[in-house]
Amino acid sequence: MRIGIPLESLAGETRVAATPKSVAQLIKLGYEVLVETGAGAQASYPDGDYVGAGAEIVGRATVWAADAVAKINPPTDAEIAAMSEGATLIALVAAPRSPELLAKLAARRLTVLAMDAVPRISRAQALDVISSMANSAGYRAVIEAAHEFGSFFTGQVTAAGKVPPAKVFVSGAGVAGLAAIGTARALGAIVRATDVRAEVAEQVESMGAEFVAVEAGEQQESSDGYAKEASEAYAEAAARMYAEQVKEVDIVVTTALIPGRPAPLLITEEMLATMKPGSVVVDMAAANGGNVAGSAPDELVTTPNGVKIIGYTDLAGRLPTQASQLFATNIVNLMKLVTPAKDGLIVLDMNDVVQRGMTVVSAGEVIWPPPPTPVSAPRPAPPPLKEPKAPRDPRVTYGVLGVCGLALLGLFWASPAGLLGHFMVFMLAVVIGYYVIGNVSHSLHTPLMSVTNAISGIIVVGSLMGLRQADSSIAIAVLSIGGILLASVNVFGGFTVTHRMLKMFRRG
Amino acid sequence: MSISLLQGSFIIAGLLFILALAGLSKHETSRRGNVLGAIGMALALVFTIFGTVLGTGTGALDQAAPRWAVAVIIAAMAIGGAFGVFKALRVEMTGMPQLIALLHSFVGLTAVLVGWNSYLEPGHSDKLHYGELFVGVFIGAVTFTGSIIAYLKLSAKMKSAPLMLPKHNLWNLAGLVLFAGLTVAFVLLPESQHVGQGGALGLILLSALTLVALLLGLHLVASIGGGDMPVVVSMLNSYSGWAAAAAGFTLDNDLLIITGALVGSSGAYLSYIMCKAMNRSFISVIAGGFGSDGGVVGEAKDLGEHRETSAPEVAELLKAASSVVITPGYGMAVAQAQGPVADLTSKLRALGVEVRFGIHPVAGRLPGHMNVLLAEAKVPYDIVLEMDEINDDFESTDVVLVIGANDTVNPAALEDPTSPIAGMPVLEVWKAAQVIVFKRSMNTGYAGVQNPLFFKENTAMLFGDAKERVEDIIRAL
Repeated sequence: MRIGIPLESLAGETRVAATPKSVAQLIKLGYEVLVETGAGAQASYPDGDYVGAGAEIVGRATVWAADAVAKINPPTDAEIAAMSEGATLIALVAAPRSPELLAKLAARRLTVLAMDAVPRISRAQALDVISSMANSAGYRAVIEAAHEFGSFFTGQVTAAGKVPPAKVFVSGAGVAGLAAIGTARALGAIVRATDVRAEVAEQVESMGAEFVAVEAGEQQESSDGYAKEASEAYAEAAARMYAEQVKEVDIVVTTALIPGRPAPLLITEEMLATMKPGSVVVDMAAANGGNVAGSAPDELVTTPNGVKIIGYTDLAGRLPTQASQLFATNIVNLMKLVTPAKDGLIVLDMNDVVQRGMTVVSAGEVIWPPPPTPVSAPRPAPPPLKEPKAPRDPRVTYGVLGVCGLALLGLFWASPAGLLGHFMVFMLAVVIGYYVIGNVSHSLHTPLMSVTNAISGIIVVGSLMGLRQADSSIAIAVLSIGGILLASVNVFGGFTVTHRMLKMFRRG
Repeated sequence: MSISLLQGSFIIAGLLFILALAGLSKHETSRRGNVLGAIGMALALVFTIFGTVLGTGTGALDQAAPRWAVAVIIAAMAIGGAFGVFKALRVEMTGMPQLIALLHSFVGLTAVLVGWNSYLEPGHSDKLHYGELFVGVFIGAVTFTGSIIAYLKLSAKMKSAPLMLPKHNLWNLAGLVLFAGLTVAFVLLPESQHVGQGGALGLILLSALTLVALLLGLHLVASIGGGDMPVVVSMLNSYSGWAAAAAGFTLDNDLLIITGALVGSSGAYLSYIMCKAMNRSFISVIAGGFGSDGGVVGEAKDLGEHRETSAPEVAELLKAASSVVITPGYGMAVAQAQGPVADLTSKLRALGVEVRFGIHPVAGRLPGHMNVLLAEAKVPYDIVLEMDEINDDFESTDVVLVIGANDTVNPAALEDPTSPIAGMPVLEVWKAAQVIVFKRSMNTGYAGVQNPLFFKENTAMLFGDAKERVEDIIRAL
């Protein structure tokens, strides 16, 4: 099967859906790869490198006529028309927002795998481009902010005076938010972050930032891994918290997105007015309406009091080389999943939630949205627990113990006096034996056994004592000597072999 | 010699034995533990010999032994000791289970001899003494023949398959009932019938008991399959302790009671750990009936195709891996592959690969067998981990090498409730990215159960002698 990698036609797009490295991997899976002339040029992957990896450099028409086309942005009408009927398209399609696009794709009897419809389950992370792009974008957001910010991120004490560290506030601790936190920390800033999902506090702290919780009784968790819209009381509490935070910090990065809805407004004009001049706000949700009042997609807006609002929507694309590599790797992982035989043929398994979720058009039929997938894998039913024992009435327990004690007492009463002294010694030794080896290391089981073997050779004492009567009977003498002989083997052999074994154990 | 001095030495020896066992439970203190045990033993022996030779002057019984006894003691101990040391120094670490089983049998036989001796000695005539003596001979004889059978099975001088007499549990029960009946008869026997008064009936009863016990021991262990030997060996260890304790009761000797009880209870606890590891009931092990399902042959289900691989391919895989776990089994001992495995380990560690060992509690034929073999091959013990320590790590492991293990890595134990080994905790190797199974053929393991692991997608088989294959891999590296 031939996979075509076209040059992205969207204005300003710098990324490409395959890199020389991913081409080699696709070829390993049995595919032929056709790359459009200059497809990787903007991402610093020259055509020659693709050829070196085994791809064929071809013209636009040939690429689009391939059996499968892998690209980044949704195709234009002309591109859809250029595809051969029944072919497979792998791209971002924004299915919820573009029913017309789906209809057009279906009309060409295509099969479409939407890279932005990967279910958010652990197994599918390897093909989740939203995560990998958000990671790149989060990094770049901080870099853009640092570029516009008029001061250092890290604090320094220099001969020319003290430089205070920048304070960064990140809203939303998804992949992009966490990447932003990590980057800002790496640059030396003091970072705080918040999220409506209180359970991510630990992740925020693990990245080295301080988690700022919203002071409200209510917290939410979502079954599909994305945030939901919050209630009014919560929104008020959140607004108060934002108002306090933005006054203090130098950089704000907002990443709040709710799938299928406009982005929530987090930073109002009043809040912006309280920010220090020269502060930078990066609105990563600018494309979806923005988290910040007055932000404009793809633009840098400066407020009257000198706060810069960055609304770039191509943050990932501003790292074309790495973003392409990540995207390309996600595609390779997808192809591994849908090429079970590694023979260069796409076989979709509609029983697999990942493949079902991504397939938005199947052979001309729109099958979006897929049935819902819970984030956490279905837990196997807990093993049938043993009937929980009803806690026994303590009176019964004590009663049973009492009866046993009395029975034993009776038994001891009837037993000859000489026995009990020995029996006491016996019982105590049994208990000691149990406790003494209670936590024996598994690897010492064999030496333990051989040493107990050696000391049970103590029975030789019995035979030795037998010799005192040796004169009175031949049988006694013979039995005693036989016993000494045998038990000596144990005593000497047991200790020797234990010593030999223990000598071999050594620490690495 | 003063009786107080003798008994004082016994107290000290008993304490030293306790310290010896305590020391043996940790690596850091294990050697000291062994030395303390030896000191305790030397102390007890020296004082007993002097006590025997000089007499303790506490009544007619405690007369001094005849002069010639000194020479005999020294000679017997020298011969027995020399034989023991010779065996101990020469034994291969793979032959350790046999040796330990053999040593158990000596304790058992000695207990029988001591019991008989004590019966023949004049002067004892109370019923309590007769009862204690009977119990001691019984346990000793069971331990003796049981250990002999275990020895024969372990050294492959006898087929390890379980002996399946019809109604075998009934035979065991009959043995116990006979023992009880004979004991009652012996204790109630009129004094005139005992050997001390020239009677013969007592001797006949004691002989009958010895015979019954010998047969019971024989049957008990013969009906247990070779795969269950780790439990059997530690169970016999425990029995030999009880035998010594019973001899202590017979002889009114507290040192024997203490030592026997220590060994008996620690051995029983060890068996209990083993049983838990194999998901067997402790009671049925002690009763010896637990081997009854050892011969069940798993249904010949069609589990699909297995994949074969080659030594150079495995070498490539290992070089590319960042974490490797080796799970050895009895097959490694049989092939004597522990040396090459250790070489492979140090080579891979030199290449920066993290290598660890995962040991199932019942791998091998003796509790801790694998640890001893790996220690012999100079594998550092801190990379040798127990099942519980390593089971959670398999998911993040790149390659698992299963060397001569089968039932202990069988997913059927967890997945198939009808499997004969269902419920037994196993090493969950199949969770690793890639599993290589070293095996001689596609035959089943000791439990006779087919292993679905071999047919999993991430499993490849490397057939042949484990030692040669491992050496091939080292060359390919």
